[in-house]
Amino acid sequence: MAKAILFDSTKCIGCRQCEAACAEHWGLPYDDTVAQQERISERKLTTIVTRGERFSRRLCMHCADPTCVSVCPVAALRKTELGPVTYDEGRCIGCRYCMLACPFQVPAYEWSKRLPRVKKCDMCYERQTAGLPTACAEACPTGATLSGERDELIAEARRRLAESPGEYYPHIYGLEEVGGTSVLMLSAVPFEQLGLRADLLREPLPRLTWRALSLVPDVVVVGTVLLGGIWWITHRREEVAAAEARAAKEKQS
Amino acid sequence: MRSRLARLTFWQWVFLAVMLGGLYAAYVRVLGGLGGATHLSDAFPWGLWIGFDVLCGVGLAAGGFTLAAIVHIFNIERYKPILRPAILTAFLGYLLVILALLFDLGRPYRIWHPLVMWNPHSVMFEVAWCVMLYTAVLALEFAPVVCERLGWRLALGWLRVVAIPLVIAGVILSTLHQSSLGSLYLIVPHKLYPLWYSPFLPVFFFLSAIFVGFAMTIFESWHSSRAFGKQLELPLLASMGRVLAVLLAFYLVLRFLDLGRRGVLRLLLEPRTETYLFLLETALLAVPMLLLFRLRVRSQPGGLYLCAVLVIFGFVAHRLNVSVTGMEAGSGTSYVPKWTEVMVTLAIIALGFAVFRFAAKHLPLFAEEPPAARTALPAPAVGD
Repeated sequence: MAKAILFDSTKCIGCRQCEAACAEHWGLPYDDTVAQQERISERKLTTIVTRGERFSRRLCMHCADPTCVSVCPVAALRKTELGPVTYDEGRCIGCRYCMLACPFQVPAYEWSKRLPRVKKCDMCYERQTAGLPTACAEACPTGATLSGERDELIAEARRRLAESPGEYYPHIYGLEEVGGTSVLMLSAVPFEQLGLRADLLREPLPRLTWRALSLVPDVVVVGTVLLGGIWWITHRREEVAAAEARAAKEKQS
Repeated sequence: MRSRLARLTFWQWVFLAVMLGGLYAAYVRVLGGLGGATHLSDAFPWGLWIGFDVLCGVGLAAGGFTLAAIVHIFNIERYKPILRPAILTAFLGYLLVILALLFDLGRPYRIWHPLVMWNPHSVMFEVAWCVMLYTAVLALEFAPVVCERLGWRLALGWLRVVAIPLVIAGVILSTLHQSSLGSLYLIVPHKLYPLWYSPFLPVFFFLSAIFVGFAMTIFESWHSSRAFGKQLELPLLASMGRVLAVLLAFYLVLRFLDLGRRGVLRLLLEPRTETYLFLLETALLAVPMLLLFRLRVRSQPGGLYLCAVLVIFGFVAHRLNVSVTGMEAGSGTSYVPKWTEVMVTLAIIALGFAVFRFAAKHLPLFAEEPPAARTALPAPAVGD
């Protein structure tokens, strides 16, 4: 059902075939200069990151409960049932809240364009709906990147951890980070050493804002009653005072 | 022409220069896109325009809803003389925030999209709706001033009927979006430095909006009295100064209780930029609080004004720390605004001052009693 990607950094040789295939899929120019930039940007929606002799990948993690989807004021970002998080450029107003909020710092912006768009990996949504694997997985010569069902890939990752415990750091990155992601990673060393954040919360981040947002109806109801009540009391006091003054005057005359 | 230019005052020259600079910056923004006009990047997508123009702008305009509530809901009549300038400040403030947003949005012509494309889970969506509705409320709250000037009595009558519901709506909308500006940052627990990230961010943003609303009212009363040779409402402002001191004390106590509860007070011992910025922000609020508790300071126009300015700076420091400086380390990058960003911001501030001045000159902003309350409405004199 839900599609996912498993990236095993122990199998990655840093050949950058995934980068080239991704660039081709998106119609982005790809050359040595682009290859050397080890950072996701408008020119590069996935990248290899080199740390010493180890290679790892960066791409949209396609969170189960994505932060970007929750923050977008116009619902330009969407978590599809298939798994990928997609972007509808026709809705986007360019507020860039998704970029601020993404815990993996994934969405990139076309800063130099006059009508800019957000650029991010969509896990080859169209290819996947046609039953094809992602372009990066298809291009990977060593099987470091696999494309498939999330459940099956988790089982595969667990099998690898169990079969060769000496080769792996005992953690599947993306299984629980920010509530789970559709991109899963394995590594021989702690994930910080690959440049990934290991301190991410285990709960989906949208819950942090929802706690505040869900109070909105209460504020409206309680606020209206409270303010209306105070208004009634303060002005009633005035009316009573005026009425008493009138009564006193009539008595006098 | 030459002689007219020669007659411009120093501040008029400054205004002219800033507006020309702002126009040129706007030209760079339109032609070169966000990349050409800002130092923003993928790692640091929000800068001065959001941090100052939007976050501080909305907060500094909060005097409108607090004073409207004081006068109309709590029925404290003596604050009435300063209500209209406060409403105007708020209305102008929100219009300028929207203007700044047009600079910052990648696709400004789609600013209306949240009207029809909904995402109720987004704090930004809620803020967009509240700001839009509240700007409309402010327009209607300010409309009586314009109607009086034009002598539209029928419209005045209708506006009086809806006055109280409007004030209530305005207070609720303000409560919601003033706090929600803080909620925007609840989503970045990994990026915002712990001295500022707190689940109580919405509460701090709401409280700081309220106290800075009072500070802004003192600030603008002082300037109005100087610019228009008007008597300063000193006893009134002194009493506001006292309320301001209490609000500041409440805010600071909550702020430190929160730091203690989250166990991050020890961070204050670390020699980092964030520590110094936090201390600066706190001092800018604590010093005027201590001063304002003293009657001698409160009862002097100069002392009151100084305290108001310090509070405004402290408020701006807090919002910039949340939105810019507190985000740098967590984003793994540094950000210094480009000259175009600064120029646009200065031009927007200058525009605010100029429009306020213009309105104060031509509209019955400081009228003691609305003319409509009198039996006969005086016809507005030509060339008045």
